[in-house]
Amino acid sequence: MFSNIVVPVDLAHEAALQKALQVAADLAKIHNAAICYVGVTSASPGVVAHTPEEYKQKLENFAQSQAAQHGVQASSHTILSHDPAIDLNKALEKAISDLGADLVVMASHVPNMSDYIWTGHGAHVAAHSKASVLLVRA
Amino acid sequence: MTDQTTESPEGIPTPDGAAHIIDTDYEIGQDNLEGSLGPIGFDIHNPVFAVSGLAIVAFVFYALALPEQAGTLFSWLFSSVTKGFDWFFLGAANIFVIFCLLLIVTPLGKVRLGGTEAVPDYGYVGWFAMLFAAGMGIGLMFYGVSEPLSHFGSSMGGTVVENGVRTDWAPLGAAAGDQEAAARLAMAATIFHWGLHPWAIYAVVALALALFSYNKGLPLTIRSAFYPIFGDAVWGWVGHVIDILAVFATLFGLATSLGFGATQANAGLNELFGLPIGSTTEVILITIITSIALVSVMRGLDGGVKVLSEINMGLAFVLLIFVLLVGPTMFLLSLFWESLVAYIEYLPALSNPIGREDVNFSQGWTSFYWAWWISWSPFVGMFIARVSRGRTVREFMICVLLIPSMVCVLWMSVFGGTAIHQVIADGYTAAQDAGLPLQLFKMLNVMPLASITSLVGIVLVIVFFVTSSDSGSLVIDTITAGGKVDAPAAQRAFWCIFEGAVAIVLLLSAGGLQSLQSMVISTGLPFTVVLLVMCFAIYRGLMSERRHT
Repeated sequence: MFSNIVVPVDLAHEAALQKALQVAADLAKIHNAAICYVGVTSASPGVVAHTPEEYKQKLENFAQSQAAQHGVQASSHTILSHDPAIDLNKALEKAISDLGADLVVMASHVPNMSDYIWTGHGAHVAAHSKASVLLVRA
Repeated sequence: MTDQTTESPEGIPTPDGAAHIIDTDYEIGQDNLEGSLGPIGFDIHNPVFAVSGLAIVAFVFYALALPEQAGTLFSWLFSSVTKGFDWFFLGAANIFVIFCLLLIVTPLGKVRLGGTEAVPDYGYVGWFAMLFAAGMGIGLMFYGVSEPLSHFGSSMGGTVVENGVRTDWAPLGAAAGDQEAAARLAMAATIFHWGLHPWAIYAVVALALALFSYNKGLPLTIRSAFYPIFGDAVWGWVGHVIDILAVFATLFGLATSLGFGATQANAGLNELFGLPIGSTTEVILITIITSIALVSVMRGLDGGVKVLSEINMGLAFVLLIFVLLVGPTMFLLSLFWESLVAYIEYLPALSNPIGREDVNFSQGWTSFYWAWWISWSPFVGMFIARVSRGRTVREFMICVLLIPSMVCVLWMSVFGGTAIHQVIADGYTAAQDAGLPLQLFKMLNVMPLASITSLVGIVLVIVFFVTSSDSGSLVIDTITAGGKVDAPAAQRAFWCIFEGAVAIVLLLSAGGLQSLQSMVISTGLPFTVVLLVMCFAIYRGLMSERRHT
């Protein structure tokens, strides 16, 4: 049913991702699908990496460790954004369509008051992406 | 943070191609407080955010509670800094210009920001537009007509000596009664204040930050440029003080610009639509402009400030071409070259830091300007750094130093030249006699389509105002988030509103713009020392880059 699963990840908050990662891996095994882990970074040094190149490397390593851990076929895709705090939603939307994903699995927080003002990334992707979207609550 | 849990590759890989990453145990964001206040998330540096925020509030309360005492203190600060340290400002600025020019011609210019294989983040048009948006746009609107006119007038008046001290405001030896010589001197003096020196000041800060961030892997904050000198101590209080100082300088620098922008927009709107002049209108204007800036801030770097900058550059270009064509075209074109020649001719005398006879000019104008540019430099420099990844040092210097200087020469020649021509050829002195904020509009008044061009002028003032406020919020947020560029957007909104609030309070308190100026000057002085140290740090950084790649 699904062949291309995209999993957006924030490497700075890996602990919060665990449940979503597990769900994505399980689904990939059931449908014999490939997973692409997508991460967004900026040109300036950040928490995860000092340079975009280093980020790319870390994300690829992350994907490979997931592949080994869950026995799935995995790759990674790094998005370079000038202003990640603002552009994240749009950047994810574009990557999901560019990668030809048919399912997006992403970690999401339980909705709260602030979602009336600033929608979460998961909600934005669900509202705008052509692919099926599974939001995994922490 | 959690990045140790991912499988870290052996050592730190190089940036795009070869560069020399500084090996430090400091992790970006390690001192940050992350959490949420009610529904709004935050990610701020401890203690830079709190200390700078509280100190600014304390200062504003002081200005409100004791307006007279604050006014006296600020004017004392203002005069003692510009008069007592004029030699320091002038000398330091000369060093910055020479340093930048040397970087263009030496092999150090080959180093690429972001590693040997990095590609530029922005094309020339967007990059260029943003250079002006942050640092100079609003000043060009404010002083484009008035400064050449002012120097022209004072030069024509000749020198006045009382008790052995010059009391006139003319540059150098003035040019009493000689219109042609006075025009040349006026243009040279104006270009001196808007040409190589201010852009060299910005370029030094921008290059230091870009180099230590993109090539050395340090966080994008001012303190990173001091790593070669203080080592790991920059992550402690030494660094906190530097960053807090930068936030101070940026916030008060922006407040000055907000004040200038509000008075000029008010003057223009009064001229056009008869809107009353006064603090009520100015407060409303600041509120409106802060609101627009808020929208722009929340649209991000590409969707907000970049788009506005490009629109503004287009509008400014149209206005420039209009004045050039409709004004005395041949006179302006020859004045452009004449001004350039005069600038080079008078440059050694104008930039001489010691033994000046034209004390009012060198202290009241030049020293004030240098302090002003320097107090703006952390903000403008950091913004320029943010958008300059992928350029070589040589390309960076040519595009940040030489080309903007030429644009300023052109702008000043066209706007100042037209106003001077109106005085010389037509005897039209309305612009000369008008108050500073109104001079641009008085000049446009006697040209065709005056109501349209004045409106364009007001729009330009307001949008430059917005881009300054926007980019300023971006910079302050990054510094107070410990160099993180992906902190929650609500923080930017906070700084944007905070800037507007400080501007309003200072405008309403006694002393008005004078208070603002004094604060700007006083932050400029310590930052001159910071900039001198940066030159040394850049040299060290570039040398290591050359050695290791």
